[in-house]
Amino acid sequence: MSESTAADVLAAIAGVPYARFLGLRLELAGDEMTAVLPFQQSLIGNPVLPAIHGGVLGAMMEMTALAQIAVARHAAGDGGKLAKPIDVTVEYLRSGRPVDTYARATLKRMGRRIANVHVEAWQQSRSAPIAALHGHFLLPHDG
Amino acid sequence: MADEEIAVTRLPGFGKAMNLGSPQTRELGVETVEVGIDTATLRIPYKPEMVGDVESGVIAGGVVTTLLDHACGQAVMAALGQPTTIATLDLRIDYMRPAEPHQPLYAHAHCYKLGRSVAFVRATAYERTTDDPVATAQAAFMLNSSSARPRGT
Repeated sequence: MSESTAADVLAAIAGVPYARFLGLRLELAGDEMTAVLPFQQSLIGNPVLPAIHGGVLGAMMEMTALAQIAVARHAAGDGGKLAKPIDVTVEYLRSGRPVDTYARATLKRMGRRIANVHVEAWQQSRSAPIAALHGHFLLPHDG
Repeated sequence: MADEEIAVTRLPGFGKAMNLGSPQTRELGVETVEVGIDTATLRIPYKPEMVGDVESGVIAGGVVTTLLDHACGQAVMAALGQPTTIATLDLRIDYMRPAEPHQPLYAHAHCYKLGRSVAFVRATAYERTTDDPVATAQAAFMLNSSSARPRGT
């Protein structure tokens, strides 16, 4: 008789092989979820600057969106499978420096089938985001 | 075919250099298989650590994002024909279907407009043919980004 908690949901997502490959952590404080991407050398895309690979930042924000959707669905009593990205637009605002990166997602609309999500990623200061993602995600049907 | 030879002599080996110079793409095993005058085709092997859905074994959308971003960047480099710093301004990705597990994934990118400051690129990710895409991308890149946008600003 184990009722899963929102923390369990996030632990499962952070345990996905690709999330582990990135080293992504998902931290919950009340109903607010923050994704943390601790810096490691393997995340670098441009060794000259150096800067974190743009794809990594996109991937991190996409995982943040999926996790925030999962938390909201858990709170609503829906569970199970992860949502699927339909389309995402990533805007790069500043180069990702070789330090830890944080991201938070806002669910702009949770419909029956589709979620619209905005995500922002930042490093030293939340008021100076390094990248943003807007995306639509297909919500899984719970049978 | 002739176009490819010209591109290769204009900037020999830049794809490999970019793939191996970037720790992230080196880790993922990204390879450049073909470079044209304004195109690049890249391949990424299937690896267990790329999986985003354990049940199906399908790789995470984020891996496709990185591959497409990287392919778009190399198409810009191919079109430029000289090494310069570029920065992704934005990247839109449409996901059509899950990538097939245990298959290498390809990305073909075309830099269809090269301006003085900005380049525009389209790309497709697929296993066999671009007619059956896993995902498509549209991106804009800033050229000479390090001179126009100093480090740390």
